[in-house]
Amino acid sequence: MFDWLHIAMPPAPLFFAQLLVGLINGAFYAMLSLGLAVIFGLLNIINFTHGAQYMLGAFCAWFLLNWFGIGYWAALIIAPLVVGLLGIAIERLLLRHIARLDHLYGLLLTFGLALIIEGVFRQQYGSSGQPYTIPPELQGARNLGFMFLPNYRAWVILFSLAICLATWFVIERTRLGAYLRAATENPVLVRAFGIDVPRMVTLTYGGGAALAALAGVMAAPIYQVSPLMGSNIIIVVFAVVVIGGMGSILGAILSGFALGLIEGLTKVFYPEASSTVIFVIMALVLLIKPAGLFGRAA
Amino acid sequence: MTFTGSEHRQSGSTAVWLWTGGLIALAVAAPHFLYPVFIMKALCMALFACAFNLLLGYVGLLSFGHAAFFGSASYITAHAVKVWGVPTELGILAGVAVAAALGLVFGYLAIRRSGIYFAMVTLAFAQMVFFFCLQAKFTGGEDGVQAVPRGYLLGLIDLNQPLTMYYFVLAVFLFGFAVIVRAINSPFGQVLKAIRENEPRAVSLGYRTEHYKLLAFILSAALAGLAGSTKALVFQFASLTDVNWTMSGEVVLMTLIGGIGTILGPVVGAFFLTTMENYLAQAGSWVTIIEGIIFVICVLTFREGIVGVIAPYAMGRRARPEPPPEEIEVEEEVPSEKIREPVEPAS
Repeated sequence: MFDWLHIAMPPAPLFFAQLLVGLINGAFYAMLSLGLAVIFGLLNIINFTHGAQYMLGAFCAWFLLNWFGIGYWAALIIAPLVVGLLGIAIERLLLRHIARLDHLYGLLLTFGLALIIEGVFRQQYGSSGQPYTIPPELQGARNLGFMFLPNYRAWVILFSLAICLATWFVIERTRLGAYLRAATENPVLVRAFGIDVPRMVTLTYGGGAALAALAGVMAAPIYQVSPLMGSNIIIVVFAVVVIGGMGSILGAILSGFALGLIEGLTKVFYPEASSTVIFVIMALVLLIKPAGLFGRAA
Repeated sequence: MTFTGSEHRQSGSTAVWLWTGGLIALAVAAPHFLYPVFIMKALCMALFACAFNLLLGYVGLLSFGHAAFFGSASYITAHAVKVWGVPTELGILAGVAVAAALGLVFGYLAIRRSGIYFAMVTLAFAQMVFFFCLQAKFTGGEDGVQAVPRGYLLGLIDLNQPLTMYYFVLAVFLFGFAVIVRAINSPFGQVLKAIRENEPRAVSLGYRTEHYKLLAFILSAALAGLAGSTKALVFQFASLTDVNWTMSGEVVLMTLIGGIGTILGPVVGAFFLTTMENYLAQAGSWVTIIEGIIFVICVLTFREGIVGVIAPYAMGRRARPEPPPEEIEVEEEVPSEKIREPVEPAS
């Protein structure tokens, strides 16, 4: 079935291993760009703090385990709650005051916040990563015949898919999501119908931050928990968002996974380009379809 | 997409000339009582920030990837002078040329989007350049290019003398600064400001705004490159920090502190931040934390920047109440090529 692979040089195990790495990266790209898209929809700002919130989620899990002995499964709930509350505070205390200004100020403010958060953690923990062990239930791997699939990685892919689809469902198919989409289109009109849009904005930002933290907890056992993990990934996620366009939730999910896969494949066939391939694709998309693949034509 | 543009230009005003003359005199005398390398660094950063401000303050485009031009020019000059042994002035020209070429490519792609997307696109391209520099052979990876010879300017003037080097850097800065001031005050600059204020209207008046934006981007990239090339010669060193995204963030911060859209603001901001980094050099990540705090404070309460606040007083216009620079209210997203359609009357 995969005979052609032998012609195309890389041995099958390497191929599938990189495909898996790509899929895992894609899962995180998808979750992060999803949060960015949701926040952008309602607040019209690009949340530069998103990477820092992802890092905070991972550190939260690490603190819970090392200081309180609270394990992975509880962290999966507690860390997003903590970071989500922090996000709510950020929106109420800071972002709200500049909501009426040019949106670029929002970008600058969240960039400053990201610098503060990252700086504090780097001062405390340096640039090196802290290990976080895989929960005992998910240790080990299973043999799929053509490759070994570590259980934890399978869990990350499935769980992130579930989270993405659940978010999509909430936004596209529920009453709350309908309010949210309506407020994205025309906040003034939605307010006139008696819906508390400012509170919705706050909760949306908190929800986006919580989503980033959830991704951070899931990433903790795979990548090391490091102060720099957020800024490393967020710029790639920005490129993913530009490629996908911020118009659609499904678009953010699809382009996240697809670009992760493409990155993984590039590692097999042309490793030198693996760190830049997403940016090259971004350049091509800007040439052909400037609004992004799933974006509404501007 | 308009940023707070607070301009305090008074063409022909004596106050401007007095201030300019005074500052130049100060700069000429400075190395006799301050550490020359420190001022040279500040001057390079000031030129970098001025180049960046040309784009943000006068066209309203926030580039989050200007480190790409600064850093790549720094690498090219360092490599050309050290490995190829070309004369210093040719090394600088090579750096500027590469920065301008990068500006052409990135600008051509990036100006297809505006506002927040423009910032993200430029950031992503800069990260691409960063990864390229990380992997390419000639950049020396984590080590960078070290021990770059300063050489002789035009084969005559020995740049290894600290004072000579200082005046050379000052001359480069003044040249770059003059180019920017000239561009801003030219008809070209007027069109740029028109684009900043209302792009659809500029289009409707028959201007090819894309061309103007691209030209401004290339000019800004080339001058950022000039700053990077000079910096490589000052420190005799080109490294990954020059091309890292934190450098892009720093130049945004310098412009924000000094005053977006003011001519002298980026210079003031650059000296402010360089001084701060100088004193906090031992404090590790505290620099990042404090920079972040300054970002937040500036955005929340100090959007006009230092120069934006003091310029009306410095220009002797204290008596006449000046309307404060307007905070531009959020507008509905207007597609760049289309004029907003009239609202249908409710029936």
